Amino acid sequence: MSGFSQIRSHTAVLNRNDVDTDQIIPARFLTTTSRQGLGKSAFADWRYLDDGEEDPSFELNQPHNRGAEILVAGRNFGCGSSREHAPWSLTDFGFKAVISSEIADIFRSNSLKNGLVPVIVDKAMHERLLAQQHDVLIDLESRTIAIMENDEPIANASFEIDNFSRFCIMQGTDQLGFLLSQMPAIEAFERARGDYEQ
Amino acid sequence: MPKTLFEKVWDAHVVVEENDDTPAVLYIDLHLAHEVTSPQAFTVLAERGLPVRRIDRTLATMDHSTPTTPVSTLKDIDVVGPSAAAQIRKMIDNCKAFGIPLRDFDSDERGIVHIIGPELGATQPGKTIVCGDSHTSTHGAFGALAFGIGTTEVGHVLASQCLLQRKPKTMAVNIEGDLPNGVTPKDLILAIIGELGVDGGTGHVIEYRGKAIENMDMAGRMTICNMSIEAGARAGMIAPDDVTFDYLRGRKLAPSGDAFESAVAKWRQLKTDDGAMFDKTITIDASTLSPMVTFGTNPGMVTAIDKPLPDKPADGSWDRAFEYMQLQPNTPIAGTPVDVVFVGSCTNARLPDLKATADILKGRQVAHGVRMLVVPGSQQVKKEAESLGLDKVFMDAGAEWRESGCSMCLGMNGDTVASGSLSVSTSNRNFEGRQGIGARTVLASPATAAASAIAGCVADPRDFAGQREEQRP
Repeated sequence: MSGFSQIRSHTAVLNRNDVDTDQIIPARFLTTTSRQGLGKSAFADWRYLDDGEEDPSFELNQPHNRGAEILVAGRNFGCGSSREHAPWSLTDFGFKAVISSEIADIFRSNSLKNGLVPVIVDKAMHERLLAQQHDVLIDLESRTIAIMENDEPIANASFEIDNFSRFCIMQGTDQLGFLLSQMPAIEAFERARGDYEQ
Repeated sequence: MPKTLFEKVWDAHVVVEENDDTPAVLYIDLHLAHEVTSPQAFTVLAERGLPVRRIDRTLATMDHSTPTTPVSTLKDIDVVGPSAAAQIRKMIDNCKAFGIPLRDFDSDERGIVHIIGPELGATQPGKTIVCGDSHTSTHGAFGALAFGIGTTEVGHVLASQCLLQRKPKTMAVNIEGDLPNGVTPKDLILAIIGELGVDGGTGHVIEYRGKAIENMDMAGRMTICNMSIEAGARAGMIAPDDVTFDYLRGRKLAPSGDAFESAVAKWRQLKTDDGAMFDKTITIDASTLSPMVTFGTNPGMVTAIDKPLPDKPADGSWDRAFEYMQLQPNTPIAGTPVDVVFVGSCTNARLPDLKATADILKGRQVAHGVRMLVVPGSQQVKKEAESLGLDKVFMDAGAEWRESGCSMCLGMNGDTVASGSLSVSTSNRNFEGRQGIGARTVLASPATAAASAIAGCVADPRDFAGQREEQRP
């Protein structure tokens, strides 16, 4: 996972509410034991026709949405299961950020650990982003997103991302190293509880 | 300062406090592992040369990809298909390599991870419990703080027995009144999700409170907490009481003898103090509820079975769901033809669920053309059900009786619903394609599922309970 502090891309708009993780990646693809190569299964039941060809009516198959690194989705994106295959499939598909007015907890937590930036914006900004495709700049340093036109920001919003997750994404580092550095405190906690009982 | 139940459990597990720059380090008492969300985590440990830090706090089984047909040799798992079978073998290999005891096919303790944790007594009040599965919220029924995590976090727990977490908010769901006859905990939780919506609990840990909860058995409480995630909440909790303690007494992994009594003394403190504040509170009147079913493609689209379906909102947001489900607004859902009935899953596959199913099926036949699958939550549940003769009731009625597992809840093992078919299911999610590509799912209680199997259409179980009484000689 390589770090980044900015994402600049046209958006792909998926104007559907409550997109659950079974839609992001159906359960039949979870029998993998790898985290690689899941992009082809992203949105599989919406994306492909029965004969395996792409469904031209599905938003992300439309030419103008291709190549987008930023997904704008309806309210409550990523609800449902804890499968980390959901952000794995989206990053493998090519997304680096998801923007919505609301993003489900576990999906959000999983995204932050995989270099997929969850961006929650207010309703007005959300509606504007859903209404049409835009050129968008996401800046992790300043925690802002901007709708760009001719390389100039025409609308700005700030978003929340905790310092720690932001640091890890910008550095391209995972969180396990930090957790393992806490081992003395963890061992002290166990000793204080008299805990090595089964 | 008065504390909520959640705050008491949270505070007792904070290893390092959170601050602006770093999340809290939260200690995890029990980690439940299964084959679907762990392989990539084991790979990370292997790559870094890390051991599993607390094998004694890790409980592993296999449930999602496993066949529900008998497995006497490992070759029998191949019925689930090459990829699912490979995942099962990987779990066996990983547990062996890392020294984790695995509730494998030869174990009579195997089952759905959220069924066996409580059944073995590993789930206890006041514990922090995690699993790479969103329905980990089930264990909150014991006054534990239990929530689902992703695979990266599975790796964190395996390596450190801790997680990096920001403290969630709290929500009280107060249940007023008693559940009417014929209305079950599943109906109550569906009504709660209908009220909250599928995102109403986002960012929160719910505590369910009130007399209807106190009067509920542990199976019912687990059904309630299980579906907390369907309202967006990470966790649901219920304060432990004598019902909880009686359930745990004598279970294999629960404390025994004097240790149990002193544990109970501690567990009794695990309740929300008078005057403690919740970030959000909602109240539901249980006394006016009917059996509930879902009609759409998320668990928040809920209706009373004896009422017409609601109108479509003007913004078009339900159009797709009605179209997918092939249902019409303003018409009753009762009477809709059913193709498949599934009784099972971590939501409703415990012994009382199977008893409720058998109560309605006894002496009756599953309607012609309806396939009914009854999948016990664990091998233990299977054994107990068989000792009561429930298996015979199911098979005499024409239902299939299977080995334990997640099965048709998400169809990972090949137990799927055909495209376009309508399934009345006691599971937890009615998402598009959840039970199979194009499958239409109506979530319901075991009683409603059984009634629908007999009627061949979505049916009110209260009608059947009444008839059965009349039929008695």
